[in-house]
Amino acid sequence: MKVAVLKGGRSLERGVSLRSAARVEDALERLGHEVVPIDVGGDLVKRLGEGADVAFVAMHGVGGEDGTAQELLEILGIPYTGPGAAACARCMDKAQAKDAMREAGIPTPDWFAFSQAAFRELGAADALGRIEETLGFPLVVKPSRGGSSLGVKFAGSATEVPQALIAAFSYDDRILLERFVEGRELAVSVLGDEALPVVEAIPESGDRYDFEARYQIGRTRFVCPAELDEAEEGAVTEAALATYRALGCTGFARIDLILDEDGPWVLEANAIPGLTDTSLLPQAAEAAGMSFERLVERILELALKPAAA
Amino acid sequence: MSETPQPPHRRAHASNRDLTRYAALFADRTQVMRSSAMRDLMAITARPEVISLAGGLPDTSTFPPQSFAAQMTRIAQESAAEALQYGPTEGFEETKDCILQVMGAEGMLPDHDDVIVTTGGQQAIDLVAKTLVDPGDVVICEAPTYPGAVPVFCSYEADVIQIECDQDGMRVGELEPLLDRLGREGRCPKFIYTVPTFQNPAGVTMSLERRQRLVELARARELLVVEDNPYGLLRFEGDRLPPLYQLDGGDFVIYVGTFSKILSPGIRLGWAVAPPPVMEKIVLGKQATDLCTSTLTQYFVREYFTEGRWQTYIEELVAIYRARRDTMVAALDEHFPAEASWTHPDGGLFVWATLPDYIDTSDLLAKALRADVAFVPGQAAYVDGRGGSSMRLNFSGVGEEEIREGVRRIGKVIAEQVELYRTLTGEHALPAREQQASAAEENVLPFRKTGEAGA
Repeated sequence: MKVAVLKGGRSLERGVSLRSAARVEDALERLGHEVVPIDVGGDLVKRLGEGADVAFVAMHGVGGEDGTAQELLEILGIPYTGPGAAACARCMDKAQAKDAMREAGIPTPDWFAFSQAAFRELGAADALGRIEETLGFPLVVKPSRGGSSLGVKFAGSATEVPQALIAAFSYDDRILLERFVEGRELAVSVLGDEALPVVEAIPESGDRYDFEARYQIGRTRFVCPAELDEAEEGAVTEAALATYRALGCTGFARIDLILDEDGPWVLEANAIPGLTDTSLLPQAAEAAGMSFERLVERILELALKPAAA
Repeated sequence: MSETPQPPHRRAHASNRDLTRYAALFADRTQVMRSSAMRDLMAITARPEVISLAGGLPDTSTFPPQSFAAQMTRIAQESAAEALQYGPTEGFEETKDCILQVMGAEGMLPDHDDVIVTTGGQQAIDLVAKTLVDPGDVVICEAPTYPGAVPVFCSYEADVIQIECDQDGMRVGELEPLLDRLGREGRCPKFIYTVPTFQNPAGVTMSLERRQRLVELARARELLVVEDNPYGLLRFEGDRLPPLYQLDGGDFVIYVGTFSKILSPGIRLGWAVAPPPVMEKIVLGKQATDLCTSTLTQYFVREYFTEGRWQTYIEELVAIYRARRDTMVAALDEHFPAEASWTHPDGGLFVWATLPDYIDTSDLLAKALRADVAFVPGQAAYVDGRGGSSMRLNFSGVGEEEIREGVRRIGKVIAEQVELYRTLTGEHALPAREQQASAAEENVLPFRKTGEAGA
């Protein structure tokens, strides 16, 4: 089969995407497919026009994970991996995703979302005091659209909030302030409509505010399957699957959660989770006894026969 | 696009289990060789539509191609066999002749035997650290320091302590109390690393008084100073200051030089000058690392210097860079907000700008990249996470029009952040004059000060 691998692009997560794609291309070749690597740019439609049976979307962040590339693929009638354009757009925008979760009755930490315009034109700053009172400290400030924890800041007190907001607004015009939930950091990858074993991220540095540590071997330890009792595992998996459905995901996605004494809290869904050698979806697949090739093959199957999923 | 032929059995990418297995094998020092989301960000600066003020690139486009062709042809015709052969670990005597000419232009006259030709100045720094640093040893450098030196020191597991800079370079006055403090702990720095002239990244130059004081201190305490001087000949105005090596005579100063900024970084030719006992060890280290520096490029330099216009070429570069510096400073005046401040270098390649401390330049880079412009976030020049509000701007690698446009774009994203901050806090803008007056009073550089040296 001729598989176009969409990668790179202009997103801030270009580097991760290229690493994901390199691994996917390898696997596809070993599976006997013809690989057409496409570093996504202005010539995407032209390149796709040269012929592809299916597109493997290995892009992360704005432009590739937000439904933009997917919409083009739909227009061109090329089947593609991962969630559809609308689901991608919902997952990419954390504020939108959280709205959908709340509507579906899925526990997600309390939040307030704002655009820059709200601060510039509507005096939203005057509401900060009340927001801080509601959410408590520390609170988390995040760009609404963005990945790899870029621009995610903690504010330990009111004086730290403006700086955190400015950082988050560097990545997106919309941000959210979210209640910080202390607990175990878990990720559930869903393939088809099946939850893979739960991964737990345990920071080795002891500093849970150190996001850099998450992307470095040795600074974060990943345990898969996570050590959870049956009830915990059930609740976590159920919350993840409910999120997957509520956001309209198909193919695959990764749901990030925090588990505390009240149960799981869903933070976000990643429509196109990383597929690099340190990424969590491949780890979860491996724990389920699925090699990377098998995972890639399964992802392709789901793209070609969504009904069979 | 044509397909690149692939070997029939490309190795599979590592699985996570493999990585875990390798992780146990990695030396501790690799822990400091970080890969991070931020490094991915820097990778995007290479996009063609991005105006990158992030590089440290000299402009090689002005080097006459005919001259390059003629020299390489002569090498091919007259000494192909030798030029394609290994050379001595220390480098060819003829290369050292060229080096002595370059150093002579700055008033230095080292002995041939004290010079080693290295694969770029970077290797000279690496070899010095390799020769002198045991894990846990103290290395002192400037704050901010050359971002490329940090990973070198860290890879030898040095304990890096940074001393603040101001307009007159490293605050040598802070060195003595630091040395005393370290002494009480029974520690002594293995060396003090400095770029005294047109420093990377700050663009500042160490005053004569401080140079003398540093050399005296090194002599009195028998400390080694590593003087890295890639930019000394790129002076746009003002009087030349004697290099530390010249003041000291080479007893306690290890000198690092390079052809990168006065000829070409692509030829990877640099050098070190060190006292004979140190040089002996450096040569052994060099032998282990790569046996010898490229013979071919040493032949090229020899030919190039025979032509006799190397100083003219530097003069041409200086004229180009001076105009670009002027353009950058003028653009900063026009487009950066009153709360920002920056250095005004008399030479070299860089301007160091500092923004209000509520702006983190690493995050700002993400915003800047959306506006297709890039710089180096200040954090890269510190080992302890400081420098978060500063940025390094390069003016040598891009043309004047791009400099103007690049600075304008950065100014715009900063202005948005400043305005947002005011909206969030209700604070008003600081009048430009007030800010500058307070900086002048303290005679501090616009570096964000968050602690004492070594704290």
